[in-house]
Amino acid sequence: MRKFALTAIATAFAVTAFTGGTAKAAGDSPVPPAQEWSWQGLFGTYDRAQLQRGFQVFKNVCAGCHSLRFIAFRNLEGIGFNEDQIKAIAAEYDIEDGPNDDGDMFDRPGIAADYFPSPFPNEKAAAASNGGAIPPDLSLMNKARVNGPDYVFGLLTGYEDEAPEGFDLADGKYYNHYFPGHQIAMAPPLYDEAVEYTDGTPATVEQHARDITAFLNWTAQPELEERKALGMKVILFLIVLTAMLYAVKRKIWRDVEH
Amino acid sequence: MSAPQWNNKVVKWVDDRLPVISMLHHSAYEYPTPKNLSYMWNFGSLAGFVLVTMILSGIFLVMNYTPHTSMAFESVERIMRDVNYGWLIRYIHMNGASMFFIVVFLHMFRGLYYGSYKAPREMLWWIGILILLAMMATAFMGYVLPWGQMSFWGATVITNLFSAFPIIGDPLVTWLWGGFSVDNPTLNRFFSLHYLMPFVILGLVVLHVWALHSVRSNNPTGVEIKSPQDSIPFHPYYTIKDLYGLGVFLIFFSAFVFFAPDYLGHPDNYIPANPLVTPPHIVPEWYFLPFYAILRSIDFSLFGIPAKLLGVLAMFASIVILFVIPWLDTSKVRSSKFRPVYKWFFWLFVIDTFILGYCGAKAPDDYFLGIPGLKVIVMGQLSTLYYFAHFLVVMPLVGKMERTKPLPASISESVLKEGANA
Repeated sequence: MRKFALTAIATAFAVTAFTGGTAKAAGDSPVPPAQEWSWQGLFGTYDRAQLQRGFQVFKNVCAGCHSLRFIAFRNLEGIGFNEDQIKAIAAEYDIEDGPNDDGDMFDRPGIAADYFPSPFPNEKAAAASNGGAIPPDLSLMNKARVNGPDYVFGLLTGYEDEAPEGFDLADGKYYNHYFPGHQIAMAPPLYDEAVEYTDGTPATVEQHARDITAFLNWTAQPELEERKALGMKVILFLIVLTAMLYAVKRKIWRDVEH
Repeated sequence: MSAPQWNNKVVKWVDDRLPVISMLHHSAYEYPTPKNLSYMWNFGSLAGFVLVTMILSGIFLVMNYTPHTSMAFESVERIMRDVNYGWLIRYIHMNGASMFFIVVFLHMFRGLYYGSYKAPREMLWWIGILILLAMMATAFMGYVLPWGQMSFWGATVITNLFSAFPIIGDPLVTWLWGGFSVDNPTLNRFFSLHYLMPFVILGLVVLHVWALHSVRSNNPTGVEIKSPQDSIPFHPYYTIKDLYGLGVFLIFFSAFVFFAPDYLGHPDNYIPANPLVTPPHIVPEWYFLPFYAILRSIDFSLFGIPAKLLGVLAMFASIVILFVIPWLDTSKVRSSKFRPVYKWFFWLFVIDTFILGYCGAKAPDDYFLGIPGLKVIVMGQLSTLYYFAHFLVVMPLVGKMERTKPLPASISESVLKEGANA
């Protein structure tokens, strides 16, 4: 009986590891190498300075073509900005509002409650400006790709100057090592000194890629730190509770032959 | 069986008019339970717990969810980001579905191993299968609600299966969709039914427990309770044992919710549904993979039945066949503990379902475990063949031919013997 129970429980663990793993391995593009990220592991947290650098990269590089529609300026509190800083950042953007009493739409400076405005008015406009490819929204990018952050980092650093010999690269496309099919419409977005960091961090392509990936992980999972912290408490509580329940169970069953 | 005398006046007043307290006392307190149940008997109460968890978390999700194609995805993200502890409620609900299937599959494998489907427990077993079917429908429709890419394309693929039926197929699919493609009417009706089905399951669970309490629990020996020494009251013995099991289960559940909430899901479902872009691999959730593999492994027509229809029929048959196993299994012995031959076939069957799950996750032209020459489709076909052969050939034949080990005279005798050996 005990053997059966153990086998069955081991099986339950195996099925989750097994099928979850195989479902994710589907696809024929190279697997991006695993990177070290500050938020990994049971106790990993975000590095606020890195998130702010990543935000800088987003603002100066990505935001030209990509939207970030699930993030409001007020959310930037999560990466360590205070209220005044957030108000200042929001005010840099023009937000379309209205209609006013005359029935007209008008632009006004952004406030903390506004969401990041999208660079294009609609998908058709986005496609028209980008050779037919729509730049995807970045809010959930790190959750919406297999190997999330490793893929995003791999993609941003995975451009080759020239396609390998014999590869038929379409006009206006770029060769990327990790993009499915290798032909990507996005020109290499990062270059050294693309953004000037105020904290003295070297502004290399790799550093930019690392920072923007961290920022996008935060936009995808802003609850991560709260989730893990609560999870620790919940699981510690459950371990103690379960141990006590086991003790009570032993005591109650002590005199029963079973 | 007689109702206990209640001393508390209020309790007595209520119980004299509606004997609900006596009923609870009878079925949750004094219910005579075999004293030798192993931890494999914990999964029934765990399934009940998960059902309640799903209903409660679902009710709170609905308060913030919008069932419209243009707002469903956004409303889910609002839950994740702006609703207080919304991420917790959603991750509980999302992972709870997987937990429900893990617990129920283990519960069913236990029933298969110990012959819990045999007389007089056929009705109990049938209701269990109905619960599984209702769960599958509920899980499928729930997965559509966030309106991500896998929601949309999963719904498209699965509803399209019904088009395999001759003549009525296409009108049936249009009727299911409420239009000419999976669209807002589909999302709306799936939402409505997804809210309804859990209560249908709850009703079936009541019947399941009712049936259980009238035929009594099976046990690892498969020998019925014969004398009062064989059983103990449900409370406190099994209430505490179930609570301990619940603690262990909650640790497992929480590990997913808090530390790997998206592990069991598919990344594509974080991309909003787009009817113009088909994902390269449309894969169902893990708990449907074995059935998906059976569906896909039929790539040939037979007796003039086209392959697609045959696949659909095979997939449904893989569950429907469970209804008749009380008669397919010809053995007089319930528990596989005393069935030296069948026991091996049982574990082969378990492995077979895992192989099917693996095949369901892979593309048909991939190689099975990377073994050159062995395509996933072929392995899926072999496993499908064994899946059905297990019920249609192994169960009737082994039951007739096997020499079973001697059964203990009673539960208490087996307990004493094991105690002496330990």
